[in-house]
Amino acid sequence: MSIDLKTIKHISKLSRISVDEKRAGKLADDLNSIFEFIEKLNELKTDDVKPLTSIAETTLKFRSDEIKSKNIREQIIKNSPEDNEDYFVVPKVIE
Amino acid sequence: MLDITKQSLTELVENIKNKKLSSTDVTKAFIQRSEKSSELNAYITDDFTLALDKAKKFDQNPNLDLKLPGIPMAVKDLFCTKNVKTTAGSKILNNFVPTYESTVTENIWNEGAILLGKLNCDEFAMGSSNETSHFGNVQNPIDKNLVPGGSSGGSASAVAGQLTPITIGTDTGGSIRQPASFTGIVGLKPTYGSCSRYGIVAFASSLDQAGPMAQNVKDCALLQEVISTYDPKDSTSINFKRNHYSKELTKNIKGKKIGIPKEYRVDGMPKEIEDLWQKGIQYVKDCGAETIDISLPHTSYALPTYYIVAPAEASSNLARYDGVKYGYRAKGENLIDMYEKTRSEGFGAEVQRRIMIGTYVLSSGYYDAYYLKAQKVRKLIKNDFDEAYKKVDAILTPSTPSSAFKIGEKTNDPVSMYLNDIFTVPVNLAGLPGISIPAGHDTKGYPLGLQIIGKAFDEQNILNIAFAMEEKINFKNKITDWWIK
Repeated sequence: MSIDLKTIKHISKLSRISVDEKRAGKLADDLNSIFEFIEKLNELKTDDVKPLTSIAETTLKFRSDEIKSKNIREQIIKNSPEDNEDYFVVPKVIE
Repeated sequence: MLDITKQSLTELVENIKNKKLSSTDVTKAFIQRSEKSSELNAYITDDFTLALDKAKKFDQNPNLDLKLPGIPMAVKDLFCTKNVKTTAGSKILNNFVPTYESTVTENIWNEGAILLGKLNCDEFAMGSSNETSHFGNVQNPIDKNLVPGGSSGGSASAVAGQLTPITIGTDTGGSIRQPASFTGIVGLKPTYGSCSRYGIVAFASSLDQAGPMAQNVKDCALLQEVISTYDPKDSTSINFKRNHYSKELTKNIKGKKIGIPKEYRVDGMPKEIEDLWQKGIQYVKDCGAETIDISLPHTSYALPTYYIVAPAEASSNLARYDGVKYGYRAKGENLIDMYEKTRSEGFGAEVQRRIMIGTYVLSSGYYDAYYLKAQKVRKLIKNDFDEAYKKVDAILTPSTPSSAFKIGEKTNDPVSMYLNDIFTVPVNLAGLPGISIPAGHDTKGYPLGLQIIGKAFDEQNILNIAFAMEEKINFKNKITDWWIK
């Protein structure tokens, strides 16, 4: 398996990280060496193995849906790069 | 009396309780030493002024029943601290000031400790040398040109350099134990579910655990006792009966069965690591324990598994950094352009690499081949440990395949950097506790660590084994203060 520039472009789009041409080549090389290392898993036959999805092997606990924090609007908005009154401001999304 | 900053946590607590020292004395001493230690670059943010105020306040009405009465402490900058900047070593969180406190740090302050500042780490805890931090690399107090390990590199450097009596780090694949080993200190990665993850900047949620880093085993046990609590705010926190680890600490490990896994004798491992391991085996025998050869057959598959599982979880966790709600924002022509530029400018190279690996292994058409496969192998790795623990009480291995390496030595080769965590990663994949203790020096005089791996929730047992070994090893860290201005 080999990750080419087209794949890099695709992953870059999926992960919302812009990658210019200059970086794409180096990134492809790095990812290829990492995937070469990962391919070692193919030595193992795992058809009958159940995947480990939770390390604690317990079911997630339910708790009642209570509101514990009140009036934290200001705190939530405090770290936003740009806000207007009670709203986060983003670039225009509707033309 | 010994220099304040040379005292262990246990000694400081005792001296404060006996009123031989005040919190102000202790806090001042660590602040002064930290200020003279800027060359180590261990801190990202200091909170010295406030720390001194808190110490004075503590001394006016000291509550000496607390476990950490007026003890100053710096913590890894991955823990959210209310009103104190928390960066995770990243440009993207460069200006982030949390409005809430992580449970683990909350527990520490509730026992009387005082925040000194936030310690440097690899960006989002992704690294093994503290060289991926946006705030620059950290130097190892052992030697100017050495990395302190990572990702809790600032934490390790600060404890070894006596800038803080004790600290907490986080460990996803070895990030507490490897830097502890590289700097000659003790580091414990607790059982998954032992310490709450609430308020810790997430990297890989099924692997991340907070844990103590200290100069000795007793200090480590005391801090573990403080930070390990059941927390409903973390859905994977486990409600089990926790010990009073420091009080129940004993050197009596007679009759304990210690497993020696043959698969940890990896190709190309330096002879001095093998020799150290043999010495460790002799130490536990001298303590009255029995060693048994065991097999963990899937050990060599742990790193490839980790480099699917961890990036996959990271790509999902780090999707939240979009330049909208908090953190760095780049200018963009439209919303998508803004997202893409924010993440490209805000994340460093290693973080971007891991997000992309994670995105790829989770993407349509590749999920089964990579992510599902890795989850299956993870099960096999866990089964190996379950099988071994039918025969033994704990497992003894080296902590790392080498001593600390030089700054810049491995930055251009991600895979060789990843190989550092070969002995620590299986423990995270299986959710087990592991402790690294300093056990000797290599021919260059750099510290080397041994790791004791326990059964789930059996922190007391590995702390006891470490405590017994510590006495036999009688390790002395070679700190020359070369960096002090």
